[in-house]
Amino acid sequence: MKIELTREKVHNEFAKKVELISGQNLFACYQCGNCTAGCPVAFAMEVGPHEVIRYTLLGLEEEALAVNTFWLCASCLQCTSRCPKGIDIARVMDALRMVILRKKDRKDHIHVSEFQEGFLEKVPQIAFISGFRKFLS
Amino acid sequence: MDYLYFPGCTLYTKAKNFDQTARDCSLLLGFQLKELPNWTCCGATFPLATDNIMALLPPSRILARAREEGTTLTTLCSVCFNVIKRTNRLIRNDGDKRDTINNFMETNYQGDLRVLHYLEILKQDVGFPRIQEKMKKPLTGLKAAPYYGCMLLRPFEEMEFDDKEKPTLFEGFLEAMGAEAIDFPYKIECCGSFQSVGSPEVATECGYKILGSAVKNGAEVVVSTCPLCTFNIDHKQADIKQKYLDFKPIPVLYFTQLLGIAMGLDYQTLGFGQNFVDPLPLLKGKGFI
Amino acid sequence: MKENGTFIKRAMVIGGGIAGISASIDIGNAGYDVILVEKLPSIGGKMLQLSETFPTLDCAQCTLTPKTVETGQHPHIRLLTHSEVEGVEGKAGDFTVKIRRKAAYVDWGKCTGCGLCQEKCPSKKPSEFERGMGTGKAIYTLSPQAVPNKPVINPSECRYFLEKKCRVCEKVCPVGAIDYEQEDRFIEEKVGAIIAAVGFDLMPMETFGEYGYGAIPDVIDGLAFERINSASGPTTGQIRRPSDGKVPKEVVFIQCTGSRDPERYMPYCSRVCCMYTAKHARLYKHKVHDGQVYIFYMDIRSTGKGYEEFIQQGMEEEGILYLRGRVSRIFRDGEKVAVWGVDTLTGKKVEVSADMVVLATAIIPQGEAKGLAQKLRIHVDDYGFFTEAERKLRPVETDREGIYIAGCAQGPKDIADAVAHANASASKVQALFAKH
Repeated sequence: MKIELTREKVHNEFAKKVELISGQNLFACYQCGNCTAGCPVAFAMEVGPHEVIRYTLLGLEEEALAVNTFWLCASCLQCTSRCPKGIDIARVMDALRMVILRKKDRKDHIHVSEFQEGFLEKVPQIAFISGFRKFLS
Repeated sequence: MDYLYFPGCTLYTKAKNFDQTARDCSLLLGFQLKELPNWTCCGATFPLATDNIMALLPPSRILARAREEGTTLTTLCSVCFNVIKRTNRLIRNDGDKRDTINNFMETNYQGDLRVLHYLEILKQDVGFPRIQEKMKKPLTGLKAAPYYGCMLLRPFEEMEFDDKEKPTLFEGFLEAMGAEAIDFPYKIECCGSFQSVGSPEVATECGYKILGSAVKNGAEVVVSTCPLCTFNIDHKQADIKQKYLDFKPIPVLYFTQLLGIAMGLDYQTLGFGQNFVDPLPLLKGKGFI
Repeated sequence: MKENGTFIKRAMVIGGGIAGISASIDIGNAGYDVILVEKLPSIGGKMLQLSETFPTLDCAQCTLTPKTVETGQHPHIRLLTHSEVEGVEGKAGDFTVKIRRKAAYVDWGKCTGCGLCQEKCPSKKPSEFERGMGTGKAIYTLSPQAVPNKPVINPSECRYFLEKKCRVCEKVCPVGAIDYEQEDRFIEEKVGAIIAAVGFDLMPMETFGEYGYGAIPDVIDGLAFERINSASGPTTGQIRRPSDGKVPKEVVFIQCTGSRDPERYMPYCSRVCCMYTAKHARLYKHKVHDGQVYIFYMDIRSTGKGYEEFIQQGMEEEGILYLRGRVSRIFRDGEKVAVWGVDTLTGKKVEVSADMVVLATAIIPQGEAKGLAQKLRIHVDDYGFFTEAERKLRPVETDREGIYIAGCAQGPKDIADAVAHANASASKVQALFAKH
């Protein structure tokens, strides 16, 4: 509930890493919330994309990485196409995934061994390949 | 005229009906899909991490090989189209990445292929009036909802497919076949994409909303351009039905299947067995087959 | 003079800030005589204290000084500085204004403005012009470019007046201009129209208990930051905090201090704080690259031309962190200033251990505005701002013919709006004169 902000924390290494991977400037975000307003999967998100961006900018790594928001992002680019500040939010969501997936210890978000029986046969391979790209270390 | 054709993985398996009908229709319209030799996976997602060059290699390899065979490349699957078209544009515009990719693959591709979706061929090269001429069984009275999804349209500046908020290309195509194009707000909303693997229940919800919007606006059939969308809005109707008991299934067809019907192809060659919701009662009821 | 019967075509402008200056020049350029009355020893007003101005980041003195000089040299403008209006009689075309010419204790007729007296004066005190930070003398001008460039003695600081000794200024003055026996004089001027452009004040920091009643040295107001950032200011433009002269690395700005607070302070929006805070933050970042700026705001109001772009550029390119929410409390915490705020965008309480805090304090009417309004027999609103004849369609007129208002005396305005308002009242005066 409380944040102690310092210049070391604001826009810290974590935030810079997200900016580097995504190629986006988080300071450009003025928190209008358009991304969340148009997000087709926001209904299932713990916080909206704009809030995750806020957490990230403020250097709140734990809070930013603990939410399900970026795991649920389907990269549909609706947010990106309407962002008034030209931020490619889908890239930011992908970068947050990458921060976790690229850690030294494997941090897979989905596990093939846990798929229900028949799931592999049912789902088209294109879904698996995209999914693996987005969810596996 | 012939077009280099990249089918992509799913068109060879779970969307054979899409692949086959596209090939058959093209012959009737006077062009041929020339399948790329030795094609490989497109990678299935355009990498959004700017430093992920590795993920650019599969589409780059496809493009470089295609350039050896010709100048225009087409695909059917929206995902493949998105990945290949964006990568093509990146190679054309980003000199640094182009050099890195070419050095790694030992190629010299400059990004100068024309990458078209099959629908764009129909619109730009064949022309809707010519399609109209080819109608054997116009789809008069069929209320068809064109579902664009995301990957054809976004990012708009890169895909240059149609207006990003109110596209009409698909509608024009349906109307050329004599169908009534149903405009519905969810036609540009996401089907849930690869979340059918990550969070299947989320994709189920996306599909439910899209179909509900189409039905609310009077659709009898939803028309798709992508095997992943089709999975999420057709095959997942089983999950939707399980969650929403009053949900009434609605057939989802590939646009090439509809084209096949309208041009008089034998319906038994149109692969309806791969569609989850059986479209035959509707099509028979309308007198198309 | 375009005298015509009894209608006097001479105007008086009360207040020598940018509004009063602009109105005076306009009327003077039209060929009518103007008397510009200013209570301080020289003209320029608050703008003279600013370092740079938004949204262009022009040097305020560089843009203002040509105007003050033009005013001082204008053939149709007579300056009465160090003077105050005592009473007003009459009506449009025939006002008689009684003016107190406060004793300067310097014969301005003799004084050449050499500055030797100020240099040698041994009496040092915190300078009001520098918002209490720099050193002022008992004999002083407001700035080296003062118009007129003539000093005055402040008898409450002067050793001679206090202790009957010293007389250093008198000794060093090469022309014998010092006159300790000078007294206030009263004069009467006859004019046909009056423009009241007495400007504004800032709500004193002593008002805000929750922000330390102005007693925390590193909590300053916006004008103080202007002086710190000004090349002619107490730190020669280096960003150093008042308590120990260190370069502050964490700086908190608090917008709406005293504004938009109907319960405790002023219910209205002071209109300029959003922009000047953004300007301060950007100027700070230009000088302290590794410093972090936090701006607490409720809304960002940037409706002028180029203003929104200015704000967004600050956020986007200079890494200024905007935190949406009010600050509840500030207190001294060792060498730091503890700031208790909130970021309503994340819903989290925010604490910053700041090196310096800048309060964007509310704009309020000048203390003398109400008294002047009584003398002019015009209305003021609940806060003390002059009331215009009609809110939308007659924004520079008052209920009395021949009396007009200009600038922040009517309500908070930025420089561009204050100048436009002044131009409008000047044109009203010209129309009145032309009619008769």
